Amino acid sequence: MSTVTVQLFASYADLLGAPTVELPVRPGTTVQDLVDSIRSLPGASSLPSTPRVAINRSFAASDQLVEPSDEIALIPPVAGG
Amino acid sequence: MRRASILTGEIDPGSLINEVGSPQYGAISLFIGTVREVNEGRSVSAIEYSAYKSMARAELDRILDEAEERFGVSALIVEHRIGLLALGDVSVAIAAAHAHRAPALDCTRYVIEEIKKRVPIWKNEHYTDGTREWVDPTRAAQPSRA
Repeated sequence: MSTVTVQLFASYADLLGAPTVELPVRPGTTVQDLVDSIRSLPGASSLPSTPRVAINRSFAASDQLVEPSDEIALIPPVAGG
Repeated sequence: MRRASILTGEIDPGSLINEVGSPQYGAISLFIGTVREVNEGRSVSAIEYSAYKSMARAELDRILDEAEERFGVSALIVEHRIGLLALGDVSVAIAAAHAHRAPALDCTRYVIEEIKKRVPIWKNEHYTDGTREWVDPTRAAQPSRA
C-alpha cells in the first residue's frame, strides 16, 4: 500500500509528539480522510476537526485528493509578524 | 527589486531602505515588528519563532505578487526572522518604495496583515515565570475567552 508523510509543526507536533506521521493513501483519499486518520492517533483527539492543510506548499481544500508524492503539512494557527 | 527572506540572523532595517531606495521614488514605507514584553497580560521574556520554511517563502512570494498587482509597488522587500528572539528584537521588516506615499504605505500594511493571516510561522512565547505557550491568534478571537 502507498503511504504519505504528513509534516507537523508547532503545537500540532507537540500534540502528536513527532514532527511527521506516515499514513496510508489509496486512490480517492482526500485531505479530510488524512485529518480524520491523524485525529484517531494517540494524543491527537484535541486536534481541530478541520485544521488548515497544505499540499505542495499551498493551502488545500478538505475535499482535495492526495497523491503519495505530495508534500503534505498540517498548519496550526499561524502567528508570524 | 523584490524579495522575501526567512532568516536566523539579525534584521537590519536600514539595509532594506538602501535596497529599495532609488531616485525614481518619492516615498519609502518601512514597517518593523519587534518582540513586545507583555502579551495578554503575561510578562514575556523571549519568543521562539519557527516556520515551515519552504511554504513560508512561497506564501511570502505570493503575497508580494498580490501587493505588486494591487498597489503597483515593485520595489518591495520582506524579511522575517526565526529562532530565539529577545525583547525588542526585530522579528519582521517590510520596505516598499513608490513614486508616491499612499501606495507605499498601503503596500506595507497589506503585506503585514497577510503575513499574520497565512504565512506558516509560529511563536512560542517564553514567560518570565518559566512557562511557555504557542501563540494562537484564533483562540483570542473567541468570545469564550472574555
